[in-house]
Amino acid sequence: MLLGTIIYGFINSAILALLAMGFNLTFGISGVANFAYGAVYIFSGFTVWIMLNTAGLPYLPSVIIAIFAAGALGILIYYAIIIRIKGMPLSEVMATFGLGLAIMELFRYFNFVGYKYKLPVFIDGSISIGDVYVDYQRLIIGLFAICLTFSLYLFTHHTKIGMACRAIAQDERTALTFGINSDVVGAFSMGLGCVLAAIAAIVILPLGTIAVEGGYEVLINALAVCIVGGLGSTVGILVASVLIGYSQTITANYLEPHWMMLVSLIAIAVVLVIKPSGMFSHQKELEERI
Amino acid sequence: MKKRKERIDRGIKARSADIFALSSYREMLYLLAPGAIPVIGLLCFAPLLSAYWKEVVISTAVYALLAISWDMLMGAGLLSLGQSLFFGIGSYIAGTLNYYWGVSPFLTIPIATLVGGALCMVLLLPVLRLRGIYFAMVTLVLPLMFARLVEATRIFGGTEGLTGLTPFPNQMTAFYVIAVALLCALFGFRRIMSSDYGLVIKAINDNDRSVMNAGINIYWYKAQVLFMGASVGCFAGAFVTHLDMFAGMPGFALDYSIMPVAAAVVGGTGTFAGPMLGAFILVPLSEMLRALGALRIVFYGLFLVIFVVGIPEGIFSYIQQKYHQLERWVEVE
Repeated sequence: MLLGTIIYGFINSAILALLAMGFNLTFGISGVANFAYGAVYIFSGFTVWIMLNTAGLPYLPSVIIAIFAAGALGILIYYAIIIRIKGMPLSEVMATFGLGLAIMELFRYFNFVGYKYKLPVFIDGSISIGDVYVDYQRLIIGLFAICLTFSLYLFTHHTKIGMACRAIAQDERTALTFGINSDVVGAFSMGLGCVLAAIAAIVILPLGTIAVEGGYEVLINALAVCIVGGLGSTVGILVASVLIGYSQTITANYLEPHWMMLVSLIAIAVVLVIKPSGMFSHQKELEERI
Repeated sequence: MKKRKERIDRGIKARSADIFALSSYREMLYLLAPGAIPVIGLLCFAPLLSAYWKEVVISTAVYALLAISWDMLMGAGLLSLGQSLFFGIGSYIAGTLNYYWGVSPFLTIPIATLVGGALCMVLLLPVLRLRGIYFAMVTLVLPLMFARLVEATRIFGGTEGLTGLTPFPNQMTAFYVIAVALLCALFGFRRIMSSDYGLVIKAINDNDRSVMNAGINIYWYKAQVLFMGASVGCFAGAFVTHLDMFAGMPGFALDYSIMPVAAAVVGGTGTFAGPMLGAFILVPLSEMLRALGALRIVFYGLFLVIFVVGIPEGIFSYIQQKYHQLERWVEVE
């Protein structure tokens, strides 16, 4: 039981971290809260499914197409919508929220509902660690979360465009004087956030079916993790997802699975009362707290 | 020869705007006519409609109330993406009172309005210390989590909800209750926002730090705004509970969150009349498009995007401009 809790808690944390990473990255760099995030997640899942089952492509090309489609969608959203209302956070939220809703409900309208909408797992089968059975897909999720975190760290600290992103995040005007185009970086951050959503979808969705409601769930989970961890802080996201992930798993194992959703609610409430801007947010403290 | 469009306030507006030295019936009519349209329309003409369309007007008025409540919150810079939180809480309070203790609708609705407003205010109080998108995030998350809570703990009837509640005596009673409530909310909020008190609220939205500088406790003001907005939302929830004789998880549905935002943005935020106008455009429209099913929500979403990006001031301000200003083409020298 204990070993199972530890392993499944880790996997749950990895799932939460993967879900929150893209949302957090976009917000951290360009300050845009992408409320269409859940819709992009669902969009990538269905794109893979369509490529596999309707177009009949092999797995790898369909995944690549889906990732590129998600990235293109993000950049398109930026240049079509966000760029016109940049700097008005509330308008950005409303516009992306409306767009996400439109995308998700469009899938519902075209009847993308049911058990046949499933993505294939990477490797079938399971392994036993001690006396706990874990299927390979869940292990791969854990692996992906770790790899993505490290590659994002390397990307933002050791590549030119990654450092440009951090520059924009820290001080947009000073970054402009260094010749960094804030619109290009903004569009890039939006695209990268959507690509991360697509990767999360491709890795996580094989565990269940692709459902439109899943999009709302993803957005809520991402928001919960971001509120607890502090928007725009990568360390915060990791700590928050471990915290929420483990407490959810413990609740599910020792109490009742129904109560799992309550954990994030309580976590949000506690964090808002004690430190409203989240556990690890420091750079935007002044603006957000007032 | 180049021309440009010049807009000047009508003389009658300039005369009757500030000084209140009304010299003729014409000027009084000019001031009163716009306000009389919703009153006469709702109280005199709408009752003449068929029973089906009266039903539509009732549900439109419910959405209009939610949109006005949304606009009140937006007035203080609080963007709510979860009007269904207020709706659901109001609905459950009224439903519980009626289901377990058999309290009459004419008592449950006022109780749900006040207690629900206070409850929502307390729930959201911690978020008021933040500005920007945090409020939006938390209000989006809360109703969906409450729906889960009801589902998981099976309190208040769980997934089945509370059924068989006391209905209104007849359709006309329900109709007049909601119509009067809507008009009270509309004119009351407009009055509040044009007073000095409303000026402080607007200032919080524009520049909260300078309001703090003036020695005003902005959190107290925000809490009051939240109470007012939430109460109106709770009223709508309690009303619909007795109308449908049902309180349940659909009260927390996304419909009640997205529709008011779309209506308010289409109509024009910050005016209260705009959100009402938006609701009276969108809800009957969606009633006519009933055959489209899920596509309706797609339309709301797209309406929201188009208006936020393209026409952020909304339809109402366009109408206002036409009413108050003269337009003419003048030559550019």
